[in-house]
Amino acid sequence: MSLEHFLENAASSWMNEEGPDSDIVLSSRVRLARNFKDFSFSTLFSQEEALEIINVIKDRIKNAEIPEIGKLEFLQIENLQPLEKQVLVEKHLISPHLAEDSPYGACLVSENEEVSIMVNEEDHLRIQCLFSGLQLNEALLRANVIDDYIEANIDYAYDEERGYLTSCPTNVGTGLRASVMMHLPGLVLTNQMNHLVPAINQLGLVVRGIYGEGSEALGDIFQISNQITLGKSETDIVEDLTSVVQQVIAQERSAREALVQTSNIQLEDRVYRSFGILQHARIIETKEAARCLSDVRLGIDLGYIKDISKCILNELMILTQPGFLQKYAGGPLRPHDRDIRRAAFIRERFELEKKDNSEGGNTP
Amino acid sequence: MICQECNQRPATLHFTKIINGEKAEVHICEKCAQEKGEMFMLNGGSGFSINNLLAGLLNIEPGFQQAKPNTLPKKEVLRCKQCKLSFPEFVHVGKFGCAECYETFKDQLNPILKRVHSGNTSHHGKIPKRIGGSIHIRKQINDLKQTLKQFIEQEEFENAAEIRDRIRTLEKEVNKGDEGGKQS
Repeated sequence: MSLEHFLENAASSWMNEEGPDSDIVLSSRVRLARNFKDFSFSTLFSQEEALEIINVIKDRIKNAEIPEIGKLEFLQIENLQPLEKQVLVEKHLISPHLAEDSPYGACLVSENEEVSIMVNEEDHLRIQCLFSGLQLNEALLRANVIDDYIEANIDYAYDEERGYLTSCPTNVGTGLRASVMMHLPGLVLTNQMNHLVPAINQLGLVVRGIYGEGSEALGDIFQISNQITLGKSETDIVEDLTSVVQQVIAQERSAREALVQTSNIQLEDRVYRSFGILQHARIIETKEAARCLSDVRLGIDLGYIKDISKCILNELMILTQPGFLQKYAGGPLRPHDRDIRRAAFIRERFELEKKDNSEGGNTP
Repeated sequence: MICQECNQRPATLHFTKIINGEKAEVHICEKCAQEKGEMFMLNGGSGFSINNLLAGLLNIEPGFQQAKPNTLPKKEVLRCKQCKLSFPEFVHVGKFGCAECYETFKDQLNPILKRVHSGNTSHHGKIPKRIGGSIHIRKQINDLKQTLKQFIEQEEFENAAEIRDRIRTLEKEVNKGDEGGKQS
């Protein structure tokens, strides 16, 4: 498979589009947790219940044309190869929990991979919408369209006082988790994250590394999400998160400005060293790749590097993970071979960028 | 430094507590921390999932800690009628078994929800469109039933009859709605 062809098939729409503030906000996601009325939750349900839920959802959605969303592809987890599952996880379309610990799990994915619905995960349904840039409101609207479409025929577990009932009481009420993935190299370089994280936590929001709970911030990418799901309306949750994110964006921008003013040449040096590594390395680990990609992306945003598309960070952060590399290689790879593959993949990707530019006549 | 609670043992745990935005420095010995239920904060480090934390929160609910499962006769363990999940089991996994659990463990739930959702215990968000309508009517019926009771107690039977008729009409509406939902 050629790299171009692979990229076409592998990239989700959010990786290539440039939403609002996409120089700092990589993606916005909204997730709604829903359960069927009169069925046990996924923690305790019987096989019959689990299969019935899958069948109802299949009937209801599989061939449906939901406005603005189109058709959804239905995938049953038990029918997937381990590598296929891993790729879905790496794209954030399904959770590791659905891939590994949900015997009756299934998912529905829209063609552009903007929408995914997990079935029989921790809750019966988890409706997710993933948009590029800062577009939480848009993601919420889209998720609501799907939610209403499903609710038209299915009774949800809903209580007047508690709202949407979920398996874990941390999700009860709206069942809404809104999260934003941010690239914050300026705040990391100026050592401001240590102050910022506790401040954000005080507002009932959570800051994490790119791969969720307990993960470190690879490539200066942080995820900020709401913790509270009960007692606030969906719009308020999304608006509160958006306003905090906007403040973080402003701080990141001023940190970048300060860096350019005080240490321009050092910063440019750092960016170009990383650029050099990515273009020439023969062996590269995930961590180093993430750090260099972060530098290069910063270099693009600050105008040091031209003729490289901005989406390269989003795309390569996702596509240089073990699952994708093995899919591209066409089979399992040992960790050391992966590092070699990763380096080759990144080099090829930058070559492609140059080729595109010379064809387009943009480069001198 | 000496423990601020017992003023006897040396304080071995020092941390900053933030509740609803208000900061408080705490210097405490391990024993008092356990008694006061501050221990869960120390489990909040990396590698702990929300469910571990939740189990921690539940374990230190006062009523629950005193009630040692072994000393109680089996009958007294609170168990959900629908899915048979017991409260200790819920504490262990941090997840409910079915919608009915929210009703069964109602008394235990409020303090947990308050902690997790910064003081909130009731929903102020979306109401499902289809079943939402009947929820609204049901609420009205409950209110009317209260009024009906009052009228009967005050022996105002004419008013009571009027309210009773209104309840009947509303109940018919709800039933119609429910059947409609099943058919579509």
